[in-house]
Amino acid sequence: MATRIDVTGLTAYYGKFKAVSDVNLTIEPKNVTAFIGPSGCGKSTVLRTLNRMHEVLPGARVEGSVLLDGEDLYGPGMDPVNVRRTVGMVFQRPNPFPTMSIYENVIAGLKLNGVRKKALLDERVEESLRGANLWDEVKDRLNRPGAGLSGGQQQRLCIARAIAVEPQVLLMDEPCSALDPISTLAIEDLITKLKSSFTIVIVTHNMQQASRVSDATAFFSLEKTGDPGRLVEFDKTSKIFTSPSQKRTEDYVSGRFG
Amino acid sequence: MTTEPDSSAEKAEPRGAASATDPPVGEVPTTESAGDTPLTDETAKAAPVTPTDETTATPTDGTASTGTPMSADLATPATIMAPTAAPPPIASAGRSAVGTADLVFKNITRTAGIGLLVLIAAIAIFLVLRATHALSANTGHFLTTEEWFPNETPPKFGVAATLFGTVVTAAIAMIIAVPIAVGIALFITVYAPRQLASILGYVVDLLAAVPSVVYGLWGLIVLAPHMKGVQLWLNDYLGWIPLFGGDSVGRSFLVAGVVLAIMILPIVAALSREVFLQVPIAHREAALALGATRWEMIRTAVLPYGKPGVISASMLGLGRAMGETIAVALVLPASFKISVHWLEPAGNTIAANVANGWGEANDIGQGALIASGLVLFIVTMIVNIIARAIIARRRDFSGSSA
Amino acid sequence: MSTATAPDPVVADDDRLNLRGATLPRWAPFAVAAGAVVVSLLIYLLTSVDSEIQILLMAVVLFLVAITVVSTVVEGSRRARDRFATTLVYTAFLLALIPLVAVLASVISKGASRLDLGFLTHSMNGIGARDAGGGIYHAIIGTVEQVLIASLIAVPFGLLVAIYLVEYGRGRVSRVISFFVDVLTGLPSIVAGLFILAFWVLALHQGFSGFAGSLALVVLMIPTVVRSAEEMLKLVPNELREAGYALGIAKWKTILRVVVPTAIPGIVTGVMLAIARVSGETAPVLLTVFGTNLINANPFSGEQSSLPLYIYSQAGAPQQVAVDRAWAAALVLIIIIMVLNLVARLFASRNRLK
Repeated sequence: MATRIDVTGLTAYYGKFKAVSDVNLTIEPKNVTAFIGPSGCGKSTVLRTLNRMHEVLPGARVEGSVLLDGEDLYGPGMDPVNVRRTVGMVFQRPNPFPTMSIYENVIAGLKLNGVRKKALLDERVEESLRGANLWDEVKDRLNRPGAGLSGGQQQRLCIARAIAVEPQVLLMDEPCSALDPISTLAIEDLITKLKSSFTIVIVTHNMQQASRVSDATAFFSLEKTGDPGRLVEFDKTSKIFTSPSQKRTEDYVSGRFG
Repeated sequence: MTTEPDSSAEKAEPRGAASATDPPVGEVPTTESAGDTPLTDETAKAAPVTPTDETTATPTDGTASTGTPMSADLATPATIMAPTAAPPPIASAGRSAVGTADLVFKNITRTAGIGLLVLIAAIAIFLVLRATHALSANTGHFLTTEEWFPNETPPKFGVAATLFGTVVTAAIAMIIAVPIAVGIALFITVYAPRQLASILGYVVDLLAAVPSVVYGLWGLIVLAPHMKGVQLWLNDYLGWIPLFGGDSVGRSFLVAGVVLAIMILPIVAALSREVFLQVPIAHREAALALGATRWEMIRTAVLPYGKPGVISASMLGLGRAMGETIAVALVLPASFKISVHWLEPAGNTIAANVANGWGEANDIGQGALIASGLVLFIVTMIVNIIARAIIARRRDFSGSSA
Repeated sequence: MSTATAPDPVVADDDRLNLRGATLPRWAPFAVAAGAVVVSLLIYLLTSVDSEIQILLMAVVLFLVAITVVSTVVEGSRRARDRFATTLVYTAFLLALIPLVAVLASVISKGASRLDLGFLTHSMNGIGARDAGGGIYHAIIGTVEQVLIASLIAVPFGLLVAIYLVEYGRGRVSRVISFFVDVLTGLPSIVAGLFILAFWVLALHQGFSGFAGSLALVVLMIPTVVRSAEEMLKLVPNELREAGYALGIAKWKTILRVVVPTAIPGIVTGVMLAIARVSGETAPVLLTVFGTNLINANPFSGEQSSLPLYIYSQAGAPQQVAVDRAWAAALVLIIIIMVLNLVARLFASRNRLK
């Protein structure tokens, strides 16, 4: 399991607005890759192009290619539905389905894929919740609404829901930005654990978080508002945070700008 | 999409930033209150204001973009604290004056609220009062008699036929209108391109405002003749089903039901659309990110979330359909017969009977019509209560149902 | 090592990533649609079925079946279900548009031919059953007066109830009130008319008048006003109230000077929509205003007319001249209601609270 992602010449638009321009990077399997950069630099946009969620927004489109183990997600015959099943996603705000129980939330993706057998579902719920470090906290109340959990628990529930369909890649769009420090730590621990099974890409505003959890870091930035965001530098996290090759990266990670 | 700082160190930022952009303190409150209102206890309670999760999370939502002069009243924490520090000297006198005024105002609003209950009670009481006189003179059984001869001597009347007609036409209308309305709402919220969607939303809202008498006029003069072909076809090919059987077709329950369906369609669609619009994008994206097709996304995220709203919209539509008077009065031929042949030109509803029978009613006749109105009132109330119960049960979701 | 690593390929096909999906080309639905239309037309030409509605329905059903079958074969059942649902949604929308647009088209085309200045400025005084003249002046006066009086009563009352429910209502009383607001919302308009008839006209012997009609409209307006005002008051952020209290402003002043003004644009919109709605009510007016052919500018005494009532009585008459008048009056009523709606919505979009 786990998959390499090659992004080549990626440019993303919202209607006429060019959000990011000409991004090239390679994301290694079973690694955590962090996207950092100031607001509006397009890091979330790039993340959303990796599972074709970008095009869900009205008027949004993508140029360039994203290869998943050599297969272009935007190539002919590609089914966005299958792409998204293979590349899971966790969002900024915990978004468990409010009308579903914890159990139903975890199996939501499996049910879409036609898994019906109760025994198998039970097994996968436990696996996924254990995988998301949530099992012990919720095993006695699987039939309670998912929305009744704390923010951090909800986010781990969303992670459980994402990994339940066994994706190859897990995309996380600022998964801790709505959480308190303790929940944030719990998610970070979880990310470190999950990277043994998944290729993980995480967008974060928090540079300490990037340096704590990621193996590689991509720094995005933009010249000025209205310009498209660009990939400034992409390297090993240790390199980015200690001796970046670009002046802009250094300014950003040292807190002088952004 | 707002991107927020996510570390704990920066957590207080959005709140501070939001209030900092506001002008310091609104004029209205300070000039009004600085002098004579102490409220030390109130202030103490309000001082450690902790905005709810929602507002901290999205500082731009409620406060910053309010766009009304009142956003100026969002005092910064510093100014909130100010009066607490030095309570005005004439504390007790001010407090009691404020207390009285508050009490008076509260009681005014409360009286209005109770007035509403009185209104409902009055509706029930006066309908009952007027009805009993006629009911006691009735030689038939009010609930089971099909005939309606309240103006004869002795009077003989019952609501069986008209109540039957009310339920049948409303049911036909619901069966046709609700799925289509949900389809329209889904089309506008999920399928249509954004610009088109807002225009269509507008159009549906406007159609919902077209008065029923206009639909009735159209149903009588335009639709009823056009329905003949469809009715004949149903009668020919599906006549073996009693509902479509019968010897002739005409201005039937089906026609009335279709007119009612067209009438309630915009209102149910408009309300359902509102509900679907409220489904957070996050839930829709969550479903899509799990690899759902568009329809699966609708089933996973949109429909369950919108279900109570759609039910209440449908119930509102049902109430409208059952209470709709004029359109049905114009379409149905006003006969008092319980018939299972829904294509035959026969039938009447309670509301239409009131409108049609009003002109020639004598004293007993008026009472009889009022009694039938009371039945309609009770039936719609039951529908409402059921709807409320469904919504309430959905709301305190216990996890047992999907 | 976590259990999440255990590869259990129920979903993903592990030798490939399985990203591809067989999809129908973009032109496929159009081709299927064309096929469905052709087949329906053949049926139309070759059989005795001669109703346009039936042919249309048949084409739709054919398309629905064909696209689902084709999609199941090529794309699999999940995709097919998606196509099926998409088709149904589009169909629902298009089918619904037909009658709704037809209503407006009929009213405009039939109404415009009869509508002129004379129609707006004359009453039905002295117009016989077969005469072509006459107008709606008396009905417009009646509608405007009745609706105006109803609003003057219902709006303040409804607003107070809403304030009680949002700002003070806690315990059982407010829950009961809230419940009965819902009951009133579902109250059939004819029952409101019957109530005023039984209460005002029959029990208090006040006779039929514009004011009696207003009272019936009040009953119908109150729940709409309460609900919309309630919604708007709830949207006012709690910080505003707390800021007011913290500054030492009495609660009632905070409500009247801070909360209500903040919510007022939304409330105005709600009120205008409520007015538009009751302007078209026929049944309650029928029972309480009674109707007349003469101009009666005094809403407190004697029968009045009103636009919906006028449409009803003219539509029910057997003469074509009367039906023509009904269409023209319907056009006027729709224009009035649309203008009220548009103004309300423009107002709302200009002062959006959210």
